[in-house]
Amino acid sequence: MTFKKTLLAGMIGAVMTGTALLPAIANAENTLRMAYDADPVSLDIHEQLSGGILQLSHMTFDPLVRWSQDFDFEPRLATDWEQVDDTTMRMTLREGVKFHSGNDFTADDVVWTVERLKRSPDFKAIFEPVASVTALDDYTVEFKTEKPYPLLLNLATYVFPMDSQYYSGTAEDGDPKDEIVKNGNSFASSHLSGTGPFTVIEHQKGNRMEFQRFADYWDEESPGNVDRIVLTPISENATRVAALLSGDVDFIAPVPPNDLDRVRESHNAELVTMSGTRIILLHMNQERVEAFQDERVRQAFAYAINQDAIAERLMKGFATPAAQFSPEGYAGHIESLERRHDLERAQELMEEAGYADGFQITMMAPNNRYVNDARIAQAVATMLARINVEVDLKTLPKAQYWGEYDDRAADVMLIGWHADTEDSANFHEYLTACPDPDTGAGQYNAGNYCNPELDKLVAEANLEVDLEKRAEMLQQVEQTLYDEAAFVPLHWQDLAWAAAPNVDIEPILNVMNFPYLGDLVIEAE
Amino acid sequence: MIAFLVKRLFHALLVMFVISVIAFAIQESLGDPIQQMVGQSVPESEREELRERLGLNDPFLVQYLRFAVNAAQLDFGYSYIFNQPTTEVILRHLPATLELVAASTFLIIVLSVPIGVYSAIKPRAWLSRFFMGVSIVGISIPVFLTAIVLIQLFAIGMTWAPFPADTTWGSWLNDLITTEGGMPAYGRGDPLHVFGTWYTNFASLKGLTYLVLPAISLASIMLPLFIRLIRAEMLEVLQSEYVKFARAKGIRLRRIYFLHALKNTMLPVITVGGVQIGTLVAYTILTETVFQWPGMGLMFLNAINRSDIPLIITYLMIVGLIFVITNTLVDLIYGLVNPTVKLTGNPA
Repeated sequence: MTFKKTLLAGMIGAVMTGTALLPAIANAENTLRMAYDADPVSLDIHEQLSGGILQLSHMTFDPLVRWSQDFDFEPRLATDWEQVDDTTMRMTLREGVKFHSGNDFTADDVVWTVERLKRSPDFKAIFEPVASVTALDDYTVEFKTEKPYPLLLNLATYVFPMDSQYYSGTAEDGDPKDEIVKNGNSFASSHLSGTGPFTVIEHQKGNRMEFQRFADYWDEESPGNVDRIVLTPISENATRVAALLSGDVDFIAPVPPNDLDRVRESHNAELVTMSGTRIILLHMNQERVEAFQDERVRQAFAYAINQDAIAERLMKGFATPAAQFSPEGYAGHIESLERRHDLERAQELMEEAGYADGFQITMMAPNNRYVNDARIAQAVATMLARINVEVDLKTLPKAQYWGEYDDRAADVMLIGWHADTEDSANFHEYLTACPDPDTGAGQYNAGNYCNPELDKLVAEANLEVDLEKRAEMLQQVEQTLYDEAAFVPLHWQDLAWAAAPNVDIEPILNVMNFPYLGDLVIEAE
Repeated sequence: MIAFLVKRLFHALLVMFVISVIAFAIQESLGDPIQQMVGQSVPESEREELRERLGLNDPFLVQYLRFAVNAAQLDFGYSYIFNQPTTEVILRHLPATLELVAASTFLIIVLSVPIGVYSAIKPRAWLSRFFMGVSIVGISIPVFLTAIVLIQLFAIGMTWAPFPADTTWGSWLNDLITTEGGMPAYGRGDPLHVFGTWYTNFASLKGLTYLVLPAISLASIMLPLFIRLIRAEMLEVLQSEYVKFARAKGIRLRRIYFLHALKNTMLPVITVGGVQIGTLVAYTILTETVFQWPGMGLMFLNAINRSDIPLIITYLMIVGLIFVITNTLVDLIYGLVNPTVKLTGNPA
């Protein structure tokens, strides 16, 4: 009996102290409760190059420059930039910016950050062209590249200056604070000090993340009025939508295509969709299948597949059908390239190539990586049956798929690609360049397509500082890839976000899918 | 008694050993954890370096021995997702799952016993037929659907207006069949800290509202089964000689039903129930995913999606342990309820 009483008293005590410790929340505060499909894997923004990490970067840090909605550069921590000569760019930095720790932001932080980026396994490849960064004075930095490099500003969107003083020295466990450890307990993976609009208060991995607006944030012109953000990862699509519709959260992304109509019709939510930049495509492996070495057979495949039907019926309009790598707005995009769906022509080409009776191929696709990926692959298999190509299709979860992809385990493989540099050359470098394990070129070229002239052209384009001339060269690459049917483009996957009606998300969204939450306005209800 | 417990301890160790071997043997097909850790443009050389550092290149036997030696010292490795010891991660997620299972078990017991007994005593009453009909439907609806329907009805709300809204009776009827929603659709809100890794939802009314929908949908799998089981057992017991004798003796019906008959009905129910509680832990994977309930089930699904092999193996071993523990408890309780059963199998 006494034991029970003690237990009861203990429980009441626990309840009461718990209540007393609950933070008092002021009513005037604007809290944004949001749900993404996953939370960032780490607080170290150089640990992984992924959408989730970049979204975190834009919340807690500021880049030197950032993309606007129409693919222009917006000054952030860099206020001005000038090309001194072919290999040198000088940037003027914003004055009076403070880090979360209270330290002042200077040119040294930029230099420190770029040097760290060049050590990061994920970022070092795209920062390869940068030879050196030097601080000329407290608020001027000079970027030097070994060769002329036209995409330096694109790279600057990845430079989120970190607080060099804060991240210097040794942590409690004796390791240096600036070390980059994948899947380890580095100082930076659990501590954060940036210049961004929000500071991280709490991170329970896989469960909940809380942010507070940074009181000394430099951008006083920003209309943003969100004081607190609670981010909950909800991986289940239906639950994420339900949480928004029931008013439990104010902002969700992504919105699954099957629920678009439901969200659009609801009074509790506003839907925003945009045509994205991630291309979904099929590779036809020329090493595994002799027939694919014949340009006519590849063209026949391109003619047999109906991109518009997939985009309209299967994707319910949630995709922009494609005939090339580059989406609109990219340098290499060619307006006039058309999708060539024409079944008769496809059959003719197969006959010309001597494959009127068709042949058998194997095909693999992931089933939980891209929107409707497995169903797209099934649709393609049906379409290929019309030119007598018999497809043995296997779909796999992404955790297993990429291993098979690296082994080039099937004749036709599906992949989606987003250019990290937001630039056309990147597509060719990874997807259609002649594969070379030493340089890493054509790392994802599961078609084994190889045209050395294109490789040369892209290499030259990467040295061309005249952007117009460069665009012409990249367009020439796209045209050749199209003519030779190096791969079959399917569509650019659209993006969708949804929010409560009083949360005005439209102005802060972009096709890169980095919502600029610092500028978000929540209207009073 | 002690001999029995020691024997069970060996069972538990054996089960965990077998699970770990199987899990290790299939880890190749669980996917490549490296793929989940690096960005798409990271070259193969970097990946190889990381693979080497994590010891993924060693032969199966070397990897297993390393794991087994550490596991014998209660070190089950580091989770790739959380960068923490897997046991710590699981311990943090365990209370949420146990609370959910406890709430469901409570619902199952409170509902199945009276309903089962009632429909056995009055098998022909329309209410009994209604319960039996509903339980058939309940058994055949997957938990995923139950959960989604519950969310739609009680979290988002339904507007369904078949009656003319401009008449008084019409709008009154509409209000009657329209639900406004309002229940939380996901997560566990702000549970109160008790001690260690235990945060509880049982401490406040608000906390309990988060538990209601997940607990109902988890209970919906087992509830029909238990109603039917209790009903069938009770019907059988009511046919037995000693019940007939008790009636002939003139003992009050209530006393016969709830003291003599029910006691004997519960024997098989306890056996089945104990095993089913273990199964309930397994079913939480689905329920927790739909409701984003931050317990072990959701954690396990994330671990699978991201090929967090150490966490997957530890989870499987711990679930195996839970099964052995619940079975042992069931056997102990069974011995208490029915003293004619000897646990050790030796004449006492």
